[in-house]
Amino acid sequence: MSADRPNYLGSIASFVWLGIIIIPVYWVVITSFKPQSAYYSSNPMLPAEPTLENYQAVIEADFLTYFLNSVIVTVGATVPAVLVSFMAAFAIVRGGRGRFLRFSNTVFLMGLACPLQAVIIPVYLIIIRLSLYDSHLALILPSIAFAIPLSVLILANFIRDVPNELFESMRMDGATEWGTMWRLAFPLTQPALITVAIYQGLQVWNAFLLPLVLTQSPELRVLPLALWAFQGEYGINVPAVLASVVLATLPILALYVIGRRHLLAGMTAGFSK
Amino acid sequence: MTSGSVSARQHGSLAWLVLPALAFFAAFGVIPLIGVLLLSFTSWNGIGEITPIGFDNWVSVLSDPGLVHSLGVTFLIMALSWLVQTPMSILVGVFIAGHQRYRTVLAVLYFTPLLLSSAAIAITYKALLDPNFGLGASLGIPLLVQNWLGDPVLAIATVVFVVSWQFIPFHSLIYQGAVRQIPASLYEAARIDGAGRVRQFFSITLPQLKYTLITSSTMIVAGSMTLFDLIFVLTLGGPSDATRVLALDMYLRGFRGNMMGPASVIALIIVVVAVLLAMGVQRMGGKDANESRLEGA
Repeated sequence: MSADRPNYLGSIASFVWLGIIIIPVYWVVITSFKPQSAYYSSNPMLPAEPTLENYQAVIEADFLTYFLNSVIVTVGATVPAVLVSFMAAFAIVRGGRGRFLRFSNTVFLMGLACPLQAVIIPVYLIIIRLSLYDSHLALILPSIAFAIPLSVLILANFIRDVPNELFESMRMDGATEWGTMWRLAFPLTQPALITVAIYQGLQVWNAFLLPLVLTQSPELRVLPLALWAFQGEYGINVPAVLASVVLATLPILALYVIGRRHLLAGMTAGFSK
Repeated sequence: MTSGSVSARQHGSLAWLVLPALAFFAAFGVIPLIGVLLLSFTSWNGIGEITPIGFDNWVSVLSDPGLVHSLGVTFLIMALSWLVQTPMSILVGVFIAGHQRYRTVLAVLYFTPLLLSSAAIAITYKALLDPNFGLGASLGIPLLVQNWLGDPVLAIATVVFVVSWQFIPFHSLIYQGAVRQIPASLYEAARIDGAGRVRQFFSITLPQLKYTLITSSTMIVAGSMTLFDLIFVLTLGGPSDATRVLALDMYLRGFRGNMMGPASVIALIIVVVAVLLAMGVQRMGGKDANESRLEGA
């Protein structure tokens, strides 16, 4: 059996690739614990004079505020987005024969091809006219809208897989469509709901362009924007800048450790089908 | 209760369930798309009055060598990204699809870039590539001490490397899922026929990954058209506009240069080109798919 020979070339290549991925990450973590003086003098690949002063400096630079802003915007956008997408997907699957629902479905499908970068200028204009500029809502509302097309598509595909007999038997018991949606479809769609929530949550958590354009107050900065601003102010203090990168990544890393499979499934929401 | 009246009531009651989602998407997706078309025929500095000026923006942008340059930079980064990311993602994806324990452990580590935001990755590489205090300089490796972000050619190479570093894990993940869905019986048959590992890869794995390749390529193409965050933080389009991609060109003209009209023209060019390219990639795949099906018949 030729395929059972050890694959030396593959093994070597796999460790070279590991180096390419891990060395930058390792360097960031190691450096973030160095005092600034050691950063210029010590071997970059080895720990030196470990200290927490960089982390202290980052936290004192209002890091908790930025973290909370990110949490508020991410939760505030993801939960409503998943709920309204679920309702729309349920209606499209269960009443798809209606002309209005078919039209709605078409709008969402075309929406998949509409990148945020292309409409950021009118979105900025609309947010100004609604007097929402420089607020959490300015980030939450467009984030909900841009999460909807893909979420509806994935959830509708999932609801289609629910056997019709289950819906029929619920109806026999006299349940309304509203009740069927929440008591039958919602629990059965749970895996897809989690996947969609993780995917859209990550999109909002890491978003940069919306907060850059729609907010300006330092106290409203979300993490990615705060990292960029922090780097602009403290650029010379590389260990502190890298400590901010580590701190901003910790919540996602925690998610990765707790539920790797869920997170990775959420990352490729519907693309690997 | 007759079923007729029930279903009529139900379909009446179902349509409104779509309204919240439709309202959100209309307000911030559909209306802005119409808005960007209208704004492209106006003059607006982002703060004051919006005044119609006909085709002036279109004429000025389409005759601007800066637009040709941004388009060129965008296509160059797109092509290079695809050439780097696609073979690497397939190889890594095939490798981590194996179920050996050490591959599973490596896979966990391979995915770490997925956890970082574009801003975090750009900041990391900015520090790491610093010609005076970066990793190469501190280690004293002359080859690694280059002006990575200060030289036009090296800056493009650096952007392609960093974009690939960020996104290869994502595409590997998609390919891993696809490889695991390939029926084992195909490989068994090939082994019986005496095909080695390399032959199996080219005769079975690669053809079976075709649809995934189309999906992945579509995402690389569409993603390259809207590339913004990473380049904004890493180079801001520099040195001397060498990495000024379309989305950044739009942002700088509109939000830094206070010329929202020309910026809207570029925004429309982004949408149209992105959609056309994505459809082109899908069509290329579709044609081949039919042919290969015919060959199999």
